Amino acid sequence: MAAIEVTDLWKSFGDNHVLQGVSLTVPDGQTYVVLGGSGSGKTVLMKHVIGLLKPDRGRVVVGGKEISALEGKALTEARQQFGMVFQGAALFDSMNVFDNVAFPLRERRRGQKLSREEVRARVVEKLAVVDLGEEVLPRWPAELSGGMRKRVALARALVSDPQVVLYDEPTTGLDPITTNYVDEMIQHAKERLGITSMVISHDIASAFRVADRMAVLYDGRLAAEGTPAEVRDSKDPFVQRFLSTWFQKQ
Amino acid sequence: MRTLRAGIEDFGRMLFFATETVAWALRPPARLELILAQMAFIGAGSAFIVGVTGTFAGMVFGLQMNFAMKQFAAEGYVGGSTAFALSRELSPVFTALMVTGRAGSAIATELGTMRVTEQIDAMETMAVSPIQYLVVPRVIASILMFPALTMLFNALGFAGAYVMGVYVAGIPEGPFIAHTREIVGPDDIFHGLWKAVIFGAIVSLITTWRGYSASGGARGVGEGTTRAVVSSSIAILVADYAATVLFVGT
Repeated sequence: MAAIEVTDLWKSFGDNHVLQGVSLTVPDGQTYVVLGGSGSGKTVLMKHVIGLLKPDRGRVVVGGKEISALEGKALTEARQQFGMVFQGAALFDSMNVFDNVAFPLRERRRGQKLSREEVRARVVEKLAVVDLGEEVLPRWPAELSGGMRKRVALARALVSDPQVVLYDEPTTGLDPITTNYVDEMIQHAKERLGITSMVISHDIASAFRVADRMAVLYDGRLAAEGTPAEVRDSKDPFVQRFLSTWFQKQ
Repeated sequence: MRTLRAGIEDFGRMLFFATETVAWALRPPARLELILAQMAFIGAGSAFIVGVTGTFAGMVFGLQMNFAMKQFAAEGYVGGSTAFALSRELSPVFTALMVTGRAGSAIATELGTMRVTEQIDAMETMAVSPIQYLVVPRVIASILMFPALTMLFNALGFAGAYVMGVYVAGIPEGPFIAHTREIVGPDDIFHGLWKAVIFGAIVSLITTWRGYSASGGARGVGEGTTRAVVSSSIAILVADYAATVLFVGT
């Protein structure tokens, strides 16, 4: 079953045709990586998936709901099936780790009145998924390393049990060891919680480590799509050139 | 021409932002804890600077009025004329300018930093309206605290004028107080307080908008903060004239 279905997606900003008929399917419970260089349209594609942008043409269906057709409250409710990890982690720097991770829980479930103990238990549980202990709860984002910030961001994305987690350039700016750690974290989230993941990245090594399926986006179109092995064997000239920048080093 | 057009577009977007803010203020949930926190920051946090400014403004104005009134042997009117000027003009305008410098700049910087580090986007993807969570509490707190700080300015400003007039210039206390009661009534106090309400709304909307719409990293945040303070200061003076014409006539 497909968790995310993008069908014939077109988007332009003035004369800049960013997406030109992109179609892809993210299977339930798998990790799907969209690879591409700067300006290839990756981020615009992801913003359509979460409903921050409306397509000029085409549709986006997530968990059976057509996100691209929703507005207002319906869109807000549909977004509750998502968690998102931003490039810079985007932790709220006016809150400590506990309040950051508890934030979606408190906000999305205001009507359900979870007790303090329940909130704390959920926060601790999700931090454990990303291998962080209770000792980080009172720490402030500014006191955390880049890798720890990413892990806290993932715990925050997971805390309200989303069906889909989106990762925007999760390894950008990280050293190789921390990059490995983030890759493991993405895999752990999938294996332990059965979550569907969509990763936007230009990090080829990381993409091939975490992807069940992947696509290469070039100039607003999919230049290749399939399993990592299929994409690696693609005959598309751009894909060969793009992947060779990393595979030739191996 | 292009600058003028950009300015008009920016003003239009700010008006739309203000409309959205009003709409979100009317929707549940009412975030009382956030409003109280902002009241503490904008109100209690600004009390010292407003108090010091008020005291010295009253002292200086008292001395100057004493110098002027002496020409007509009318020193007994120093208290009344100072209180009249304070309650209708000096207190609301000085208070608004001081709070813009202290709290307004901090609001623009905080929201601007949240914007460029994707914290506001993160909030939106968590199905929480950043306008309701970040903007509405600051606007409500400003509308409530600007009049309170104006009253503080009034009280300390008059106390400063009293000390200068009665103890330094040697004006008899009886006429000083009696003429103040003759000249200044509740209407004069409310005239200034209504202005403070207007200034609170204007300053909070301009500073939150400048932060909310910031872009381009640290430089963009800095520019947004500068524009927030400059625009707010000019808007206070223009609105003061408009409100005076509206309340008093030409």
